Amino acid sequence: MILAVGPSWNPIIDLQQMWSFPFMVNAFRAGSIVAVLASVLGAFMVLRRQSFAGHTLSVIGFPGAAGAVLIGVSASYGYFAFCLAGALLIAASPRAGPGGYSEESAVTGAVQSFALACGFLFVALYKGFLNGINALLFGNFLGITTGQVALLGVVAAVSLTVLGMIGRPLAFASIDPDVASARQVPVRALSVAFLVLLATAVAAASQITGTLLVFALLVMPAATAQALTALPLRALALTVMIGLIVTWLGLSAAYYTPFPVGFFITSFAFTGYLAAQAVQHARPRWRAASPAASASTTGITR
Amino acid sequence: MNAHPLNPEASREPYHAASIPLPRAADRRLVEPVVTLRHAAAQRGGRQLWRALDLTVTAGEFVAVLGPNGVGKSTLVQVILGALPLAEGEVRVLGGPAGRAHERIGYLPQRRSFDSSLRVRGRDIVQLGLDGHRWGLPLPAWWPGGAARRAASARVGEVIDLVGASAYAERPVGELSGGEQQRLLIAQALAPAPELLLLDEPLDSLDLPNQAAVAALIARISRTQRVAVMMVAHDVNPILPHLDTVVYLAPGGSRIGPPGQVVTGPTLTQLFGTPIEVLTASDGRLVVIGQPDRSGVHVQRRSGPQP
Repeated sequence: MILAVGPSWNPIIDLQQMWSFPFMVNAFRAGSIVAVLASVLGAFMVLRRQSFAGHTLSVIGFPGAAGAVLIGVSASYGYFAFCLAGALLIAASPRAGPGGYSEESAVTGAVQSFALACGFLFVALYKGFLNGINALLFGNFLGITTGQVALLGVVAAVSLTVLGMIGRPLAFASIDPDVASARQVPVRALSVAFLVLLATAVAAASQITGTLLVFALLVMPAATAQALTALPLRALALTVMIGLIVTWLGLSAAYYTPFPVGFFITSFAFTGYLAAQAVQHARPRWRAASPAASASTTGITR
Repeated sequence: MNAHPLNPEASREPYHAASIPLPRAADRRLVEPVVTLRHAAAQRGGRQLWRALDLTVTAGEFVAVLGPNGVGKSTLVQVILGALPLAEGEVRVLGGPAGRAHERIGYLPQRRSFDSSLRVRGRDIVQLGLDGHRWGLPLPAWWPGGAARRAASARVGEVIDLVGASAYAERPVGELSGGEQQRLLIAQALAPAPELLLLDEPLDSLDLPNQAAVAALIARISRTQRVAVMMVAHDVNPILPHLDTVVYLAPGGSRIGPPGQVVTGPTLTQLFGTPIEVLTASDGRLVVIGQPDRSGVHVQRRSGPQP
């Protein structure tokens, strides 16, 4: 797409070649920030069973970005503004009670379809936008400015700091809301705070993967890591690693081919997910075959 | 009505009844009731549940809350937790208004088992009961300044041993059986060394041998650690040998007293206003005949996965 030259298959030479272009350096910087942020928030999203809310937030980003382009500002602002507004809307919907997501999913679905409709209206209003809509839906890594990288960096630093402060009670409220509220954990406030953080991560990730493929970075690294280990901190570290690796591989692949970066990130993440599922299903048989191995895999402590 | 004008521990544990002065904190624990309800009444969704309830629970006492569905047994637990205000009357828990002393109360909600795909170890579930309400992140034990974390980790191991869950505490909790999960949840409730255990139908999802074993475990903890236990129960039989007091809630009123005086034909007939007979089987189990709700089918009132 960029060059007629193919990869040399020597990672160092290829990286040097890609990074000789400032837009590629920015793409790697932005991609790395987004991968870390989305993976960490995704881990909590999977734990909280709020993937549908995450998906809706990503769809809401589409009219936001389209609207921002329509009025002539950076798509970044549109993503953040609409995703955060959507998070507050979902958070305001009544929860049926502990573990009751029924009401939330109905509200979430309604918000999602309305957002998509608005997005297509904005696209229709902005004529001659056909290339842009592809980038919004399926991701783009061209033309990320240094200013955008800085914005993503600040957003990620703030989000991860906040998450670091509420991480443990949030996990408690996610796994065990009844007991957590009996221990005076502010379950409802944490739920709102988490949706706002999730919206931030979604808005950031959408700029790389596009709004339809944001799940590649939200769900798949977390689901892959959780299939491999039940140790919480190890799972979190593994999630971030997987997120970074699929992003770097996806950016490199998109550089040397004419296909969108979102497709590659999704495909690599999905391959990893399938492999982890295979390992998880094969593991009980290995254990049955060698009891000593089972002692060594389950006896590890944090 | 006070269920126990005298401390029931005096007869059960003569060692404590000796005239040696006890340390002040323990002294207060003995003298001051753990839970006091005075002329209490509760409503839920505008509907009157129980009223004129007077109850005193002391340290080490094992109390069962019995009654038909919808009579407000779980509501009583919510009131003691401070999650629901009383419509009238007064509630005091551990020397203060309800809701203050949450770190000294172990709570086991009506369950719900964990989703089979939940990839969290049993040990982590127990640890959340100890420090899950604190801000921050759960750091690993090797992180600098880890003395408190090592102590917490040791405490978690201790309660897991106490409930006999060591063999499976390192496995993802979703993969465990209902009985194994329930033991870990009891360990979670015990982790902060509570003075009061509030258990909402903890035996519900268990098979008969497990019911007896978990009931005996809770009774042992109550006795040895002097923890007051209030257990909402659907069936009195598994806990009958261990009980000090029965709180029987019915639409027509409530009765509080030792099980032998409350779970009787005349008392229940009076409570329900319909003839009820209580038969004692040869093994000591009670069979209640004629009670409106005792059809043998338990209706799950809350949302959530069925066990």
